[in-house]
Amino acid sequence: MTAIGETPAEVGKARVRKEDARLITGQTNWTDNITLPGLAHVAFLRSPHAHARITRVDVSEARNAPGVFAAFTGQDVKDEQGSLPCAWPVSEDMILPDHPAMAVDTVRYGGEIVAAVVARDRYAAADAIELIDVDYEELEPVLDMREAIKPGAVKVHAEGNKSYTWELANGDLGAAFNDAPIVLDRVYRQQRLIPAAMEPRSVVCAPVGDEYTMWSATQVPHILRLMLAMVTGIPEQSLRVIAPDVGGGFGSKLQVTAEEVLALLLAKRLGRPVKWTESRSEGNVAVHHGRDQIQHIRLAADADGRIRGLDVDLLADMGAYLMLVTPGVPILGAFMFNAIYKMDAYRFNCTGVFTTKTPTDAYRGAGRPEATYAIEHIMDDLAAHLGVDPLEIRERNWIKHEEFPYDTIAGLTYDSGNYEAATARARELFNYEGLRKEQSERISASSPVRLGVGVSTYTEMCGLAPSRVLGSLSYGAGGWEHASVRMLATGKVEVVTGSSAHGQGHETAWSQIVADQLGVAFEDVRVLHGDTQVSPKGLDTYGSRSLTVGGTALVLACGKVREKAKAIAAHMLEVSPEDLEWTGGRWAVRGDPDQGKNLAEITLATFAAHDLPDGVEPSLDSDATYDPDNFSFPHGTHLCAVDVDTETGRVKIRSYVAVDDIGHVINPLIVDGQVHGGLAQGIAQALYEEAAYDDSGNLVTASLADYLIPSAADLPSFVTDRTETPSTGNPLGVKGVGEAGTIASTPAVVNAIIDALRPFGVTDVEMPCTPERVWRAINEAKGGAR
Amino acid sequence: MRISVTVDGVRYDDDVEPRLLLVHYLREHAGRTGTPIGCDTSNCGACTIALNGRSVKSCSVLAVQADGADITTIQGLANGELHPMQRAFHEEHALQCGYCTPGMIMAATDLLKDNPDPTEEQVREGLEGNLCRCTGYQNIVKAVLKAAQGVKA
Repeated sequence: MTAIGETPAEVGKARVRKEDARLITGQTNWTDNITLPGLAHVAFLRSPHAHARITRVDVSEARNAPGVFAAFTGQDVKDEQGSLPCAWPVSEDMILPDHPAMAVDTVRYGGEIVAAVVARDRYAAADAIELIDVDYEELEPVLDMREAIKPGAVKVHAEGNKSYTWELANGDLGAAFNDAPIVLDRVYRQQRLIPAAMEPRSVVCAPVGDEYTMWSATQVPHILRLMLAMVTGIPEQSLRVIAPDVGGGFGSKLQVTAEEVLALLLAKRLGRPVKWTESRSEGNVAVHHGRDQIQHIRLAADADGRIRGLDVDLLADMGAYLMLVTPGVPILGAFMFNAIYKMDAYRFNCTGVFTTKTPTDAYRGAGRPEATYAIEHIMDDLAAHLGVDPLEIRERNWIKHEEFPYDTIAGLTYDSGNYEAATARARELFNYEGLRKEQSERISASSPVRLGVGVSTYTEMCGLAPSRVLGSLSYGAGGWEHASVRMLATGKVEVVTGSSAHGQGHETAWSQIVADQLGVAFEDVRVLHGDTQVSPKGLDTYGSRSLTVGGTALVLACGKVREKAKAIAAHMLEVSPEDLEWTGGRWAVRGDPDQGKNLAEITLATFAAHDLPDGVEPSLDSDATYDPDNFSFPHGTHLCAVDVDTETGRVKIRSYVAVDDIGHVINPLIVDGQVHGGLAQGIAQALYEEAAYDDSGNLVTASLADYLIPSAADLPSFVTDRTETPSTGNPLGVKGVGEAGTIASTPAVVNAIIDALRPFGVTDVEMPCTPERVWRAINEAKGGAR
Repeated sequence: MRISVTVDGVRYDDDVEPRLLLVHYLREHAGRTGTPIGCDTSNCGACTIALNGRSVKSCSVLAVQADGADITTIQGLANGELHPMQRAFHEEHALQCGYCTPGMIMAATDLLKDNPDPTEEQVREGLEGNLCRCTGYQNIVKAVLKAAQGVKA
């Protein structure tokens, strides 16, 4: 790390957040709050069928309804709407079907848009939607991935139901499995999930001449602007995209949506500003879903439990269409199935399958939670097979701390890590031995409430991403990030980041970094983001990239400011620049620290520009664009204890310890918050949530009454702690923390449940582990009916 | 129908459709956009306000039902300085994206009216009707317990 001053004052401090001032007082600028003169409201009619041909759409009555300005069908917009973008064609022969924003002749999932109304207010628009008449010719839905890829299956798209097959293989898998003393063969199911950010999506689009401003509840204003230009043909420079306050994303707002494209086209058609805000029930069917994989995993091991090889076959449900990064999500998992373990051979094969369901795409963790779940589950199965402790089997296989940097079997280089330290700390906080003892006692006493201990020693890849790596994976863009630092005449600092926050606390954490880098007060830094006019360059927020990539760009930009200031400070102090050193947050004469200038003084002199060195421009403002060389690899050990009532199937989390190693910490308050929220989402996958479809392809969890987001009463308090092994890949030594909790916790919880039930012969419980499923698993293992 | 309501200390007289939801009235007629909408089935609680001093989900009340009522939203909670619950949410980092926060703060404030000295479990049970997707509730619970201490002291 660049040594700045003697002691970093701000980095590492548990600063309360700057963002809170507006959020706790209701002065927030959500997209749905925006109102403009003449603003019209858009409502969409969505398909009630999973799969059908549209034979007629009649909007004439809607068009004539009171307060209605216009109504449109797919036929009306088909020449302008283009195809919604997929930026990640993972293979050359990938089937990438046309994806109309508004369906023209066929609907392929319940919730697809078939017509739009633009009206005076949202009530008039909703009323007019009821007046639209659509005739459908129903087709058979395609709901089961395994059935979908069989010959003769009903086709979602004419080109077939198999979008792509992608493979990665290293080492001699045949040799690894041949004569292996232990081969475990398992199939795990990743259920479909709904990201359900608390703020429903909303978009406002205003035309000014032939230029357009769009406000959208998006994670990716920069990507959205670029893609809107490419889809609609409106020149990029005529589009401005603003992500105002955004109420959570978790990947669901890492998208270029039909509604955004249509809002732009309707604003253009009508020449007036339009707004669309979704209802939750609309969002549950129309916002992309997450996960949904069938994982076939085989593990070969020596008699002592040393892993020889791992063979993974995935079926990944794409849903009805490929959206922004749909096909790439399971591919990210390819690099993570091997996790923290050494092995001789590895094969990963993924087939992307079309079904008549809502498209899937990134959801918190994107590919890594799926991989981590499968490997951590099978590691527990291996431990059970050998009758050794799950932590012991992991230790026999994991990369030792002295072996870093380590080239993994999946082709990545893990720069740093210390699995021993994190595990030791977690064991201690958890009272591992004590709980194991209690577990045995309950088994001996044939207690109806069993204790289970679940282990998850995860790693993940963060800091998306080195552009060269993305290129090698056929991703359509790079992975750099941009920052600029503007020195104001009064000595205050404006920082512009290309990474657009939606709850992560950038305004606070970035201020802490800049305060240390420039020797200014935390309060004197203002962080700007999320507006392509204010922040013209950026690749936005996802994949735990903001700090590792965007934070590094910021450090580099601050370094340039300091260097520019150095020449001017030398001139002011009438010394040579070589005689200056940056110390205590200012440029001072080496050996004479009383003689120095801070950045406020230098900035004012630069602004006045009355007496600058020859040839020096009167500005300290600096930009930096940073492209990482490598990913970062947070890791940690999570331990979960559950009580399982074997008579009712009810699972109660008794204690949960998370020890994460995310490298250096900028703000521990924010980090703990990220971990808590991540744990909640991972636990929700293990215990509560599932996007379920009926046999006709209707989403039966279309409201929050049916889709069970856990409440405070459904979750325990967590014990969190950290070990600190800095990343060597960036000057801050940071790794990223946005997804760690989610990635680690799902297997910790499910492993705990299975651990409690292994004495009954239970080896798996499908997620979510509802009381009914747990009870059935016990009953079935006992030889009872399902 | 003609209604007269006081919102955050200001009286509004308006003609409204009988079907207009109170939350839409607050946001679109009274301009009090601090109260957001998170669902359409009254599960999430983001739109929680105080109606005549008791918390309600304003998506499940019609504007006409609020005729004559005194309403406090998140925007009227601070009285010159932050309400102890707002301060506790800030100090304990009980919010991330902040979308559930107005409803959560309003519900928590009402919770303490009923039970000024709740246990952790009572706070968790008491806030069951308000969903948060960011925080895992840990710091929300901490903040409510802290605010309870502050109110007592």
